[in-house]
Amino acid sequence: MKALMTTWLAAALLMFGALAHAQSDLTIEITRGSDQATPIAVVPFATDGEELPEDVAQIISEDLQRSGFFEPLPREAMFDRPSSSDQVRYGQWSALDVRYMVVGQVSRGAEGYRIRYELMDVSGQRRLLGENVTGRANELRAVAHFVSDQIFEAITGIRGAFSTRIAYVTAQGTGDDAQFTLYVADADGHNSQQVLNSREPILSPAWSPDGRRLAYVSFETERPAIYVQDVNTGQRARLTSFEGINGAPAWSPDGRRLAMTLSKDGQPDIYVMDVGSRNLERITNNSSIDTEPDWAPDGRSLLFTSDRSGGPQIYRYSFGSGEAERLTFTGNYNARGRFSPDGKTLFMIHRGNSGFQVARQDLDSGRLVGLTDTRLAESPSVAPNGTMVIFATQQGTSGELGAVSADGRASYRLPSAQGDVREPAWSPFLN
Amino acid sequence: MQFKSHARILAIALSLALVAGCSSTGGSRDGSMDGTGTGANGGVGTGTAGSGQVSGSGISGDRSGQQADGRIPEVRTIYFDYDRDSIRPEFESVLVSHARYLRSNGNARVVLQGHTDERGTREYNLALGERRANAVKRFLEVQGVSPSQFEVVSYGEERLAARGASEDAHAQNRRVVFAY
Repeated sequence: MKALMTTWLAAALLMFGALAHAQSDLTIEITRGSDQATPIAVVPFATDGEELPEDVAQIISEDLQRSGFFEPLPREAMFDRPSSSDQVRYGQWSALDVRYMVVGQVSRGAEGYRIRYELMDVSGQRRLLGENVTGRANELRAVAHFVSDQIFEAITGIRGAFSTRIAYVTAQGTGDDAQFTLYVADADGHNSQQVLNSREPILSPAWSPDGRRLAYVSFETERPAIYVQDVNTGQRARLTSFEGINGAPAWSPDGRRLAMTLSKDGQPDIYVMDVGSRNLERITNNSSIDTEPDWAPDGRSLLFTSDRSGGPQIYRYSFGSGEAERLTFTGNYNARGRFSPDGKTLFMIHRGNSGFQVARQDLDSGRLVGLTDTRLAESPSVAPNGTMVIFATQQGTSGELGAVSADGRASYRLPSAQGDVREPAWSPFLN
Repeated sequence: MQFKSHARILAIALSLALVAGCSSTGGSRDGSMDGTGTGANGGVGTGTAGSGQVSGSGISGDRSGQQADGRIPEVRTIYFDYDRDSIRPEFESVLVSHARYLRSNGNARVVLQGHTDERGTREYNLALGERRANAVKRFLEVQGVSPSQFEVVSYGEERLAARGASEDAHAQNRRVVFAY
C-alpha cells in the first residue's frame, strides 16, 4: 500500500510540474447535508508539537462530509483527543452517537512526514483499518485524500473518489476583452493549474480514461476545433477542424476512439474517430440535431441528444444493431445525458418546474427524478465512483459549479473568486 | 422593452433602405449594432501557437464617392424568437441589404455568427446557433449571393451579448451577426 501511494504521488507531481502556475482555486460550501449521513468523528491528528503545513484530519473530515455519506462530529464536541486506537474510550464516543472514529498521528521522518491513521467501528468497539503513509510537505493534501479514500471504501464498500481531479473553464470579461481558461484542480477545488488560456471560447473538456489527456473544443482560430492535450507535458494536437461544428468530444472506454459532433455534412451528427488513424465513422445521419454523445461503460452503445421528435430528448445508439432508441419521455427538454459508471443510470439536464435541473433516470424503470432545484444547470459530469454529479449553475449572473449526490440528498457549491466558472468534467480514478 | 429595441432596429432598417434607395453619396459611418463585428484574434497560451484567422479582414467598402452598395450595411445583427430559426419579417430588409452588398462586392467575405440565449445545454445550443446562421445563409443564397462569400460559425451561448435572466437579455442574445 505504501509503495502504491508513493508511485501515484510521483505521478501526480509529474503531472503538474509541466503546467503553468496561474491559479483559480475553488472553495467548497456545503448547501445540504444528507439526513441519512453516518456520524463519524475525525479526531485532530497528534503531532510532535510542530505546526504542520496542512491539517490532515480537517481535510479528511471535509472530504467525508462533502460525499454526503458522513456527518463529521464538530471538533468542539470532542471531549477527548485520542491519537491511537488503544486510547479510545468507546463508551463515551458511543454516547455522542458517533458510529465511526478516525484517529492518527503525524511525525516527521527522514524524507517528509509519516502519517499513521486508524479507523474504528465505535459500536463494535473494533479497529477496521490501520496504516502508515508517507509524504512530503507538499503532498500532505494528497495523503489526506488517499486516507479519505481508504476510510470511505472500508465503511461504504464503494471506492473513494477524493483523489480525483476536475477540469473546468473560467471566463472573465466580455466581448473582445474576454479571457477563457481551462483549468484542472483537485476534486475539492485546490491546486488549480492552468491548461489553456485563450481569448476565444473553450468548452466541453473530456478526460481520457487513463486521466492523462483532455479533449476539448477551442475557438482559438475563430472556428471551433477539437484538440487533445496531454495534461503531463502540455503537448497537444488538433484532431478536427471541419467546416461547421466540431464539438462534444467523448472518449471510448478503451481510450482509442472519440465520439464527437460534426456538422460538415449538413447538420450536426454523431461521428466516431479512431484517435490513432484519425479515421472517421459516421454514426447518425438525419436532418435533426444529434449531439452530446457519451459512451456506455461497456463501449457497446452511445447516448446522444437529438431533436428528431421535436424538442431535445436522449437516445441510445447500439453499435450492434445500428439502431437508436429513445430513452427519455418525461418533459420536453432532456439533454446531455451521462451514464453512471455501472451503466444502469442516466444523468442529464431536464427542464422541470424550477428550470433546467440535473436529473437522474433509472434505465430499467424509466423513472426520472430531479436532483436540483436550479434555474440554469448544465454540463453534468459523474464522479468515477458514481456517487456525485458535478454541474454548472448560476449564482446571480455569474456561473459557478455545484455538486449533488446521486440520490439528491446532499449538495455543495464550489464558488470561485474569479469570474464565471463552467464546463466541469470529473476525472476518472487516477490511482 | 423588447418591443422598443426591435422597433428601433426596424426604424434603422427602414431608414437604411431609404438611404440606400435615394442617396448616391456614401458617407462611411461605421456603426455595427453590437460591436462584435470585428474578430479579435485568439492569443492562446499553451506554447503551441494558435494559427489565427482574422474574420474582420474583408472590409472593402470604405472608398469615398462610391455607390451606397459599396458600404457594408450598418445593421449587422438580426434577432430570433425563442427556439426558432425563422427569419422575422422585420429583418428581411436587413438581409436584402447584405445580399445586395455581397452581390456587388464579389471580394467581400462575411462570417455568419449564430448565437443563442443561455438556456439549455452548451453543445445543443451550438447546434441551435448553427441553425439560425444557416437560415440566414439560405436567404442569401436565394438572393443570389455566391456561397464562396460566406461561412457559418456557431457560437451557441459562448458569446452572450447581454447578461441576466430577463426576457430582454435573452432576446438580445438570440441573434445572427454579420462579421465582415
